[in-house]
Amino acid sequence: MMHNTAMPAQAEEHPRAVELKDMAVGESGSVVRICAVGELGRRIRDMGIIPGSRLCVTGRAPLNDPLTIRLRGYTLSLRGSEAAYILVEPD
Amino acid sequence: MPENFISIALAGNPNCGKSTIFNAITGAHQHVGNYPGITVEKKEGFAASDGQSVKVIDLPGTYSLTAYSLEERVARRVLLNERPNVVIDIADAGTLDRHLYLAVQLMEMGIPFVLGLNMMDEARQKGISINLELLSKRLGIPVVPTVGRTGEGVRELLAVACRTAREHAGHPWRPRRLSYGPDLDVALVEMVSLIEKQSFLTALFPARWIALKYLEADSEIIRIGRGADEKTSSALENMVQEVTGHLSQTLETYPEAVISDYRYGYISALLRDGVVSSPENARNRMAFSEKIDKVLTQRLIGPIVMLAVMYLMYKVTFSVGEIPMGWIQAFFGWLAEFVDGIMPDGLVKSLVVSGVIEGVGGLFGFVPLIVVVFLFIAVLDDSGYMARIAYMLDRIFHFFGLHGCSVMPFIISGGIAGGCAVPGIMATRTLRSSKERLATILTAPFFSCGAKLPVFLLISAVFFPERGPLVMFLLTLAGWLVALLIARLLRSTVISGAGTPFVMELPPYRLPTLKGVLIHTWERTFAYIKKAGTVVLAITIVIWAAMTYPRLPAAESAKYASDEEMQMAALRHSIAGRIGVALENVTQYAGFDWRGNIALIGGFGAKEVIVSTLGTAYSLSGNEEENNENLIQRIREDQHWRDNTPAAISFLLFVLLYSPCFMAVVVIAKEAGSWRWGLFSVIFNTLVAFAASVVIYQVGRLL
Repeated sequence: MMHNTAMPAQAEEHPRAVELKDMAVGESGSVVRICAVGELGRRIRDMGIIPGSRLCVTGRAPLNDPLTIRLRGYTLSLRGSEAAYILVEPD
Repeated sequence: MPENFISIALAGNPNCGKSTIFNAITGAHQHVGNYPGITVEKKEGFAASDGQSVKVIDLPGTYSLTAYSLEERVARRVLLNERPNVVIDIADAGTLDRHLYLAVQLMEMGIPFVLGLNMMDEARQKGISINLELLSKRLGIPVVPTVGRTGEGVRELLAVACRTAREHAGHPWRPRRLSYGPDLDVALVEMVSLIEKQSFLTALFPARWIALKYLEADSEIIRIGRGADEKTSSALENMVQEVTGHLSQTLETYPEAVISDYRYGYISALLRDGVVSSPENARNRMAFSEKIDKVLTQRLIGPIVMLAVMYLMYKVTFSVGEIPMGWIQAFFGWLAEFVDGIMPDGLVKSLVVSGVIEGVGGLFGFVPLIVVVFLFIAVLDDSGYMARIAYMLDRIFHFFGLHGCSVMPFIISGGIAGGCAVPGIMATRTLRSSKERLATILTAPFFSCGAKLPVFLLISAVFFPERGPLVMFLLTLAGWLVALLIARLLRSTVISGAGTPFVMELPPYRLPTLKGVLIHTWERTFAYIKKAGTVVLAITIVIWAAMTYPRLPAAESAKYASDEEMQMAALRHSIAGRIGVALENVTQYAGFDWRGNIALIGGFGAKEVIVSTLGTAYSLSGNEEENNENLIQRIREDQHWRDNTPAAISFLLFVLLYSPCFMAVVVIAKEAGSWRWGLFSVIFNTLVAFAASVVIYQVGRLL
């Protein structure tokens, strides 16, 4: 028996999309694309960041890096160099 | 299924309260942490449910079951190799959708499991309500609500798990057939039929799961596959390559990403239409944590609070820990005197008094300090603040080729003076990258561990009376500086290469429970006491022997007027003494004489030994407390040390940096996976220390 699955959002052209690392604290948006592959890509997806995920930038560490985002009801921190691989369309 | 007991594996994300549930089920003592991935070790416990014996395996907390981290590999191996009868998957009811990602992977594996919805109290507080019946029906597995802290629902969860185990007993695993979209579904069917036809690894894993892992480019499974059947493996790899090429051309994506997208799609379908309802103001606790973070990780206040917390830890550790430390030292002093009184003079007495009592007593003396340090760490850890420390410091640590998570091992090792490298090195298991982990392991011994403190105290008392705390603080800073610089050096030479993603959860702030903190503290303290009781005792005896044999000929010893002078001569005559004297040729450049050399050799066994060996070298005997005063006096008046401040600083630095103690070397070898790294740390650290000491001494003499 096959289970129903929702069609995942596809990465189309998103002219307004920016890299997550460039978003300001307090800004929120929807993920449109994860450009990372391999281990980083896997880790990002394991933590629930996939195309279509809603997230909000909640803070930056004292030295500006890493940054924290809130998604799926929890808080995640990641480095700017990693956040650069996540394309987000801000609201 | 074995008739006598049911084996249950506990799976779940870090910070979902899994360890609390484990404690509630088994009553076993183990750590409950807020630091992602703290339980790497496999922990087992036994329990009973309605007369049925149950063995519970606590898997490491993981977000997924890929081969990404050590924890994930460990968890997966236990599931696949030990084949527990049933899995209890613990999920935080407050962040259900992310937690279900792991559940979906258990479904794909086909292992029977039940879902424990933990932290229902927090979820209720947030105003989240979950339709358990509907969720259970859609998942096709039992769902039991629990509150780990109070034990609510835990008995029932266990009973349901046992029932599920019985129902599935004797049946092969049945992987759930999720759809991953048209391209992958077709490929999967083809791959599964090939796998089944060739019986490829099917004795080990379910066929569909193998195909899925090949599509995910899972390095571990592919390696096993190649080893088992090269031809089938490469046929499968070709099939994967084909569909990968197709996906990249048509959708600009790749199988692994598609698979996870569909998993999340499946989860959102599961949770649709009123399974979870949360009101607009549902973000209570998160909002609460966020408000705290606004202050505690604020650009200016954050670091100030962090430094204040560390300084407070440091202060309290010493002012509070010193009191019982005095009692214990007094006790062992009394014991030594007592034994001294009742035993006849001779070698056995010397072994018992100077070897065993002093060695073990020295170690036990630090138990109070260690208790206080670990109490603090447990509170920081369980409250969620430790993860914030990692978050705030990652920028700096990353620069030195380390990871924000290196903070905790460093602090435990003595980043705040008074730690111990042994538990510190063990704490590096939270690090996910082998390179950063190795660099952390190798630099952890540079810190001011508790055993080095008496040496620092002694030397500062001699040369910098009244300025002890300042010296201690500077040495602590020196430890940090050297550890970071050496880490950078190692990461750009012997362990170069790209690091691991930092991507780390910041768990919500939680008030640590007294029970959790006490269990945590007790476990670490116990590990330390065990060290005192076993390896260090043995090493103390070896070093005692090296400092006793060969003995001074009777004719020689008659020459000395006092016992103390005779003992000093005997020490010089012993193996350790001869090595110490021989080493003077080299160590003179760093300003050490033979007495210092012997003490440093003894310090390889355990750094505590340095002070007691200096005591013997300066021909002291008897009561330890008086001794300390006497020793300070002796060193102050000694012609080598008199007004020789550069030698003092050089000696302090050397003690801080030179070879880790024997016990730490054993742990380094074990954690780094090779004796070569243990040996490396002995030689390399001693060279680093010697270089630093020579520079300080020579420059100091010029000034």
